[in-house]
Amino acid sequence: MTSIKDTLKKGLTFLLLLGFTPLAFAAAMDVRPGVTDMSREIQGLHHLSLAIVVVIGILVFGVMFYSIYAHRRSKNPTPATFHESTTVEVIWTLVPVVILISLAVPATMTLIEIEDNSDPDLSILITGSQWKWHYQYLDSNIGFYSNLATAQAERDNLEPKGTNYLLEVDNVLVLPTNKKVRFLTTADDVIHSWWIPDFAVKQDAIPGFINEAWTRVNEPGLYRGQCAEFCGKDHAFMPIVVEVQEEADFDQWLEDQRLAIELASGQAVADRARTWAMAELMEIGEQVYVEHCATCHELDGAGQGSTYPALAGGEIPNGPMEAHMDRVLNGLADTEMQAWAPQLSDLEIAAVITYERNSFGNETADLVQPITIFEAR
Amino acid sequence: MAEIAGHTIPNRSPLLAFLERWFLTTNHKEIGSLYLWLSFVLFFIAGAMAMVIRLELGQPGMQFTDPLFYNQMVTMHGLIMVFGVVMPGFVGLANWQIPIMIGAPDMALPRLNNFSFWILPFAFTLLISSLFMEGGAPNFGWTFYAPLSTTYGPPSTDFFILGVHLMGVSSVLGAINIIVTIFNLRVEGMTLMKMPLFVWTWLITAFLLVMVMPVLAGAVTMMLTDRHFGTSFFSAAGGGDPLLFQHVFWFFGHPEVYILILPGFGIASQIIPTFARKKLFGYHSMVYATASIAILSFVVWGHHMFSVGMPLAAELFFMYATMLIAVPTGVKVFNWVATMWRGSMTFETPMLFALGFVILFTIGGFSGLMLALVPADFQYHDTFFVVAHFHYVLYPGAIFGIMSAVYYWLPKWCGNMYDERLGKIHFWTAVIAVNMTFFPMHFVGLAGMPRRIVDYSIAFADFNMVSSIGAALLGVTQVLFLYIVIKAIRGGEKATSQVWEGAEGLEWTIPSPAPLHTFETPPQFPAPEEAYKHE
Repeated sequence: MTSIKDTLKKGLTFLLLLGFTPLAFAAAMDVRPGVTDMSREIQGLHHLSLAIVVVIGILVFGVMFYSIYAHRRSKNPTPATFHESTTVEVIWTLVPVVILISLAVPATMTLIEIEDNSDPDLSILITGSQWKWHYQYLDSNIGFYSNLATAQAERDNLEPKGTNYLLEVDNVLVLPTNKKVRFLTTADDVIHSWWIPDFAVKQDAIPGFINEAWTRVNEPGLYRGQCAEFCGKDHAFMPIVVEVQEEADFDQWLEDQRLAIELASGQAVADRARTWAMAELMEIGEQVYVEHCATCHELDGAGQGSTYPALAGGEIPNGPMEAHMDRVLNGLADTEMQAWAPQLSDLEIAAVITYERNSFGNETADLVQPITIFEAR
Repeated sequence: MAEIAGHTIPNRSPLLAFLERWFLTTNHKEIGSLYLWLSFVLFFIAGAMAMVIRLELGQPGMQFTDPLFYNQMVTMHGLIMVFGVVMPGFVGLANWQIPIMIGAPDMALPRLNNFSFWILPFAFTLLISSLFMEGGAPNFGWTFYAPLSTTYGPPSTDFFILGVHLMGVSSVLGAINIIVTIFNLRVEGMTLMKMPLFVWTWLITAFLLVMVMPVLAGAVTMMLTDRHFGTSFFSAAGGGDPLLFQHVFWFFGHPEVYILILPGFGIASQIIPTFARKKLFGYHSMVYATASIAILSFVVWGHHMFSVGMPLAAELFFMYATMLIAVPTGVKVFNWVATMWRGSMTFETPMLFALGFVILFTIGGFSGLMLALVPADFQYHDTFFVVAHFHYVLYPGAIFGIMSAVYYWLPKWCGNMYDERLGKIHFWTAVIAVNMTFFPMHFVGLAGMPRRIVDYSIAFADFNMVSSIGAALLGVTQVLFLYIVIKAIRGGEKATSQVWEGAEGLEWTIPSPAPLHTFETPPQFPAPEEAYKHE
């Protein structure tokens, strides 16, 4: 009995899938509908322009293929001799102009709406840097970095890839529903571009400029995107994840963040107050190194050519401590070695410096305490 | 001992004679061949780089390259294809064809012609050698946006800058030569409005080259001084403007993309009437349309930059100006179709490639129109949709244009017919492969896959696999093309002087293969019927 039921079930599911396959396939070939009024308007514009070019294509190629069929030498041995007609030329100059105007009008209307950045409820400063995003809530004291969270092992095909492979981050940007959120974009080093397809927001983040864009999301959810402007080595690895929450949840989240900041500063004071042992620093340092440093300097500290110098036996990790601290805290101007002072805690910087000086064959036996980092900042 | 004019000259080694012939030649046909072979060699080098790219993108995860090397491949593939394959390919065709199409004995400035060619091998040696340098080759994309290419560029960026300067000098000299030749050496009776369309499109292209290559030279010079002499043209930290770079680059870049396609329009306008056995429909409007496209190309550069934060008025201006280009482009396509209408067509390989060109270039034009709509461009910009768009206009556009020209004129150049059966196989496999490679790119772009990424979300995996398989097939078909060309050069059915039954124009009145020197006495124009028939 059950087997018949199962078969029926399977058969029905199969038929259902069969019915939906063309739909699913069409969806796979479409621009994303997204979750904002703007993204849906843009999808509509995409459909309109696509429909127009498909119709033109069918007409023009239809005539052409008919001609290829009917006006081949075997069917039409004597060619016609006409080669000019001003009337026809005028018609096929003017008709496209009319079609173009019918496209330009809706495009202009939508564009005017998109470019209206006035009266935002909330402003967020988005700063791109190689290869991460920083978010600052301008109406409160909250700011944080957002890094790729996909494990290196997945990228290297050593572990199976998760559903959100390369589209997952450690800290998501949280937004409320039904609010006009203004994004101000800029960059620290090269040009990046902040893009969430489901919002239809793509705005370049350019050093020295602050650009504007806005969105209003109606549906809570997780939305994923990527840096869209080519920004160097790890351009493929700076995703964007936005979590849109109901307003009440968002207010709670803001409150939690405030508390977390207070807690963290309390923790930082506590971290500075105690003396850390080598083993502790080495353990934390390794985590920090794997997360932030290994993408350029490699897990074994071998580096990559002259662009990303080797730390194994390197000049800095085996040289004076002051220079090493300076390099990690302040970075090196005009290179991809960035300043870590704003990004990592005293403890994390102390730990990673200690780790670098005592790993990859480096044997300085040096150890640096968080309090020293605090004073050097 | 050889005797020339009563003097005995010492025997020289064949190698020396060979080098002397090709290094010192001032003959337009030999220089044309040099250009075409350089283009062919670089086509395979840049094509191999495309193979590396598609190999890596075949599936998600890091397989064969690392991000640094991948970015070098993306950059070099673009630079070599644009500056080393399509441009020299078209200049080669111009060198071979323009003098014999306008009844001139040679180019107007033969020694300059030699010089403009011989700059190129050095320029590309410089550029390609950077792959073996410490820090690797340029890795910032063929558009080399500052500050990624200035402050953050690898040391080899300076080789790139010098290389671009050399290519620019070569292009400007070549273009001047073409302009001077066309204006001064046309046979009596050939007024401007009686020139073959290939000559017309090249004349307009040459003006574009003269006007925009110096702009590119300016951009790379500013890069050079930013990198080494303390200026801050493109550095915000020094009071400069990273966006200035994009404005300057695209002021060059948009006319440049028409430089890469206009001679292709000319080729299609020669080939379609020949095989339809009917005069080109709307000759005058073809000329005006080409000129309009060229003029409009100077006022649309902003459509490459819709997401940089331009004011609304600028976005609207660039959107309308860009959409306007669809009008003259449409006129050209309609004229080609009208030329075919009620003709008496046969479908030899050049015609097949020309028809493939018209259809697939039009598809690229359609996506170009969609990209012009600013709101939609916010979704398309910097995704694989754009990659699909410009590969449609460049591969089945520019490259198919060059290939149809090669099949069309090869019998004139080498005196032998190519293998028609193989030519048809080449066309059909290339058409299937080109669509298999580039059509799915539209879909992954619309789904949200940015361009120039080394690794991607698993959601894009299926279409990328299809693209990669198509690319492998496309690579193989071009080896067949090389074989077909070499086979025809080495022998085959002898070509008549007219070669194609419906061919008209002065180039078909000279013997096949074309002797080294032609039209030492000016021919009669238009050529009388019997001029095509002599053997």
